[in-house]
Amino acid sequence: MIAKLHDRLVKKEISCKELTQEYIAAAQRDNAELNAYVTLTPETALETAEKVDEKIAAGKEISLLEGIPMTLKDNISTDGIRTTCCSKILEDYTPIYDATVWKILKSQNSVLLGKTNMDEFAMGSSCETSYFGGAKNPHDTGYVAGGSSGGVASAVGGNIAVYGLGSDTGGSIRQPASFCGIVGMKPTYGAVSRFGLIAYASSLDQIGPITTNVEDAAIVYDAISEYDSMDSTSQGRQGAPTRDTLGNDIRGMKIGIAREYLEGIRDDVRAAMEEAIEVYKSLGAQIVYFDLPSLKYALPVYYIIACAEASSNLGRYDGIRYGYKADNYRDVNDMIKKTRSTGFGEEVKRRILLGTYVLSSGYYDAYYKKAQNLRGTIVQSFRNAFEVCDVILAPTVPMTAFENGHAVSDPVETYLTDICTVPVNICGLPGISVPCGSDSKGMPIGMQLIGNSFCEAKILNAAWQYENAAGKFKAAVFGVKL
Amino acid sequence: MKYELVAGFETHVELATNTKIFCSCTTQFGGEPNTHCCPICIGLPGTLPKLNKRVVEYAIRAGLATNCEIAEISKMDRKNYCYPDLPKAYQISQYDKPLCEHGYIQLSNGRKIRILRIHIEEDAGKLVHRRGDTLVDYNRGGVPLIEIVTEPDFRSVDEAKEYVEKLQSIMRYIGVSDCKMQEGSMRCDVNISVRPEGSEKLGTRTEIKNMNSITFIAKAMEYEYGRQVDLLESGEKVIQETLRYDDVSNTTSSMRGKEDANDYRYFRDPDLVTINVPRKMVEEIKESLPELPEQKKERYTDELGLPEADALLLTKYRRIAEYFEKAIEGTKTPKTAANFIIGQIFRTVETESEKEQFDVSVSAENLNELIKLLDSGKIRMNLAKSTLDKMLETGKKAAELISESDMGGLDEGALDELCRQAVENNPKAVSDYLAGKEKAVKAMVGFVMKNSRGKADAALAEQKIIAMIKNPG
Repeated sequence: MIAKLHDRLVKKEISCKELTQEYIAAAQRDNAELNAYVTLTPETALETAEKVDEKIAAGKEISLLEGIPMTLKDNISTDGIRTTCCSKILEDYTPIYDATVWKILKSQNSVLLGKTNMDEFAMGSSCETSYFGGAKNPHDTGYVAGGSSGGVASAVGGNIAVYGLGSDTGGSIRQPASFCGIVGMKPTYGAVSRFGLIAYASSLDQIGPITTNVEDAAIVYDAISEYDSMDSTSQGRQGAPTRDTLGNDIRGMKIGIAREYLEGIRDDVRAAMEEAIEVYKSLGAQIVYFDLPSLKYALPVYYIIACAEASSNLGRYDGIRYGYKADNYRDVNDMIKKTRSTGFGEEVKRRILLGTYVLSSGYYDAYYKKAQNLRGTIVQSFRNAFEVCDVILAPTVPMTAFENGHAVSDPVETYLTDICTVPVNICGLPGISVPCGSDSKGMPIGMQLIGNSFCEAKILNAAWQYENAAGKFKAAVFGVKL
Repeated sequence: MKYELVAGFETHVELATNTKIFCSCTTQFGGEPNTHCCPICIGLPGTLPKLNKRVVEYAIRAGLATNCEIAEISKMDRKNYCYPDLPKAYQISQYDKPLCEHGYIQLSNGRKIRILRIHIEEDAGKLVHRRGDTLVDYNRGGVPLIEIVTEPDFRSVDEAKEYVEKLQSIMRYIGVSDCKMQEGSMRCDVNISVRPEGSEKLGTRTEIKNMNSITFIAKAMEYEYGRQVDLLESGEKVIQETLRYDDVSNTTSSMRGKEDANDYRYFRDPDLVTINVPRKMVEEIKESLPELPEQKKERYTDELGLPEADALLLTKYRRIAEYFEKAIEGTKTPKTAANFIIGQIFRTVETESEKEQFDVSVSAENLNELIKLLDSGKIRMNLAKSTLDKMLETGKKAAELISESDMGGLDEGALDELCRQAVENNPKAVSDYLAGKEKAVKAMVGFVMKNSRGKADAALAEQKIIAMIKNPG
C-alpha cells in the first residue's frame, strides 16, 4: 500500500495534500465509531503535506514514506503534541522532545494524522484500560481492537491511517494486529530505538510497525531500525534492508511448530494454523515439530518482570513536575499519594502493586529472582529451537477479538490470552502477526512467525510468501476508499 | 568500664567530570535553578540514561589510588524511593557489582582502614525552602558521585579525621574531585557503635547522615560516643536509627528508626548495558596516576632529606607539592625551598582553600631563580629572605629587586674596611665586649650587615671584628 501510494504521489495522480485531506476527513468521520485517535493533528499534517507537494513539484526525489499519512501510538513522545499514554495522569502532558523513531520519520516528511488510543501505559489486551475509552474493532465495533496498541490497529485496520507505530511489551503490537486482521511486527529487542517511548517495562518494550500488509511492515521497519546513541540498548538493524529480501524462495526453509503453542487454543484458530502449515508445505518449506516445555513459565515470568519494571518506571508520576496533580492535600506526601491514587487507573495500580510486591525484601528471591532465572531458561530453550528450525510458526492469540467489556471483567483470564505473544518479548526475539483467516462471526484470526534475534528479514519473507500465496487480508468497512 | 569506639564511613564524592553521569548537561556548581537540566536528567517520560565513560574512568582512578581491585564486569542498578528531589523516583546506583572493592587507606599510626567498595551513582536535586514554599532545583540531579564505603575499622575520632583528610587529599591529587565539603562535593555518613574494651562483638550502631565538615564530623562522633556510653552505663540500649547532627546545639537527633528504613527494591537497571572494564584500560589508568601524597611524603623525607613535618605540609595539597618541586629544580638544598615556602610564603595563604589553590604572588620559577642566586653565592640568606618578602609584596622577580651592586659577595678588603669602621664607630660596644659582654659584638656585626646591604658574610665579619678588638692596630 505504501509503495502504491508513493507511486501515485510521484506520478502526481494525487497530491499529498489531497491524500492527506482524504485521511483527515475519514479520521474525523470514523473516529466517532472507532475511537482510534485520542489526538488529531490536521494542521501539522497539512503543513507537511504541502512541503511534500512542493518537493514533488520541484522535481525532487522523495523517500517511500514521505507524504504517507500515518499515526503513532500515544506513548511515543512528540515534541509539541500531547502524549498521554491514555492516562489521566498525563492527560495534559506535552513533550519537549521527539522520540527517535518520530525524529526519523519526521525528517522524511511523514504526515502525522494524530496520536492513537492504547491501554493506559500499555497495560492491557483490549485497549479498554484507556482513560479515553477503548478503540473499537474496524470489522465489528461490538468487539475490541485489542491492546495495548488498539488505536493504531483500529486506525490502520479501518484505513484512517496508512500505517502506524505501536509498542509491544507482551504482544501489544501483534495481538491487536491479529484482532484487526492486519500485520504487526515486534522487532528484535534493540533493533529500534526506545528513546522517547514512555516506558512500561524497559527490558521488554520495543517499537514496531502496524500495517495492512507485509511489504509495508518491511518498509517501515527498514526506516526506523537505525542505531541510536541515545539508547544504550540500541543496536539497529543488522544486515541489508529487509524489503529487498521479500519474495526470496523459501523452499527448504525449516518452519518449526512447538507443540505447546497449539495446546489450549480455540479450534477455529487451530484449524487456521493447520491450513497455514499446508500453505507452507505447498511452498516447499519443511515443517519441523518440537517441544518447548519452558513455555509454561512464560506468563508468570512475563507478569513478574513487566510489573517489577513498571513499578519503578511509573514512580516518576508524582504531580510535581508535569502531568496531573491532585487538589486538596495536606503536604507533599499526601499530594503524591492522592495524585497517584486518582491519576492512575485500576489496571495500572494493580500492576504497580504487583511489581512493588515482587521486588520487596523478603519476596524478591521467591518472585523476581526466580523469574529472572526462568527467563534465562526460556531464552535458552528458544536458542535450542533455532538449532532445528529457521522460523517458528505459532498462533498470535489463542482466540479472536473479545467482545467489548469482556476483558476488563476478568483480568486474570485476559492475562492468560497473552500466552502466545509474551515469550518473544521475554527472549527479545522478533515476531510478526499476519492474518490467516476468520472465525464464524467474521472476526480475523492471526498467525505469528517468530525468528531468531535480528532475523527480521527471515520472518518478513516467510510472512510475505504466505500472504502472497494465501492472502487472508479483508478490508474493513471504514476509512479512505481510494 | 571503658568503652571502645567503632566506626565506619560512607563518603559521597562528586566527580569533577564536565558533564553529568547520564546526559551532557554541565556539572558546574550553582547556576540559576533548573538551568543545568535537560529532559534526561529531569527524568521526563521516555528518556533514557547513557553512561558517561569518564565517570567510570574517574571511579577506577579513585579505586586504584585507594588500593582497590577493579571489577571486570559491573552493572547499574535502580534504588527505588520516592522524594521530590529525585525526578525518576529511583536513583541509578550500583548494588551488588560495584566497580571497585577491597581497598584500604593506611593511617599514620600504621593501621589500615579497609575500603569495602566504591560505586558510582547519580546525585539528586536539591529542595529549597522559601517563604513557606518548597521548591526543587534539579541542577545537581545527575551529577556523578562515587560512594566510598569503609569497613567499621575506626577506633578513634582522630583516626576518622585523618582518614577524611587523607581521602580528600588523594581525591584531589588524582583530579577526580575538588572535595569541597562546604559546597557538598564531599559528604560523609558515619556509622557508630561502642563496645566494652576487649570485646569482639559489635554493639548496635547508629548512623549520622550527611556531614559536611571535618570539625562537625569530629564533634558529632564525640557526642554520639558519649551518648551511647551513657546509655549503656545506665543500663539502657542503643537503638538502631538514622541521626542528623545539629552543629548549633552539638547534639544528634533521630531522623528515622530501623522500622522506617526504606525498602529500596534494588534491581538491575534495564536501560543500561553491562559495564565491561578491559584490563588494558585499568592498566592505562594506573600508569596515568600521579605520585600520591603518601608516596611523595616518603620521597621527600628519604630522598630529599626533609623533616617529616615539612614533608607533610608540602604534600598535603597537590599544587603546593608541584610548586615545591618546580622551585627546587636544579638547586642544591631542598630544605632552603621548604623553609621559604613554609616560613614565608605560607603566611600569604591563610585558609585551607587558599592553600589548596596555592595561587601565590611569587611563581615557582621566580622562587627557583632566587634560590639559585643564593646557591651560587651571589646573595646571602638575609638578603634572600628580605627579597622574598618584597617579591611576595610586589610580585616582581628577584633580579628586578636586587641591584647589580648588591649581587656578589663582598671582597675581602671591603669587608675589612667595614669591620674597621664598625669598631671605630662603636666604642661603647667595644668596651662592653672587653668587659665580658660577648653579645655586644652583635651590634658591630649589625653595622657591617647594614652598610654592606646584607652582602657581607655575618659569621666572617664577627670573626674579623673580634680579632680587631683583641688585637687593635
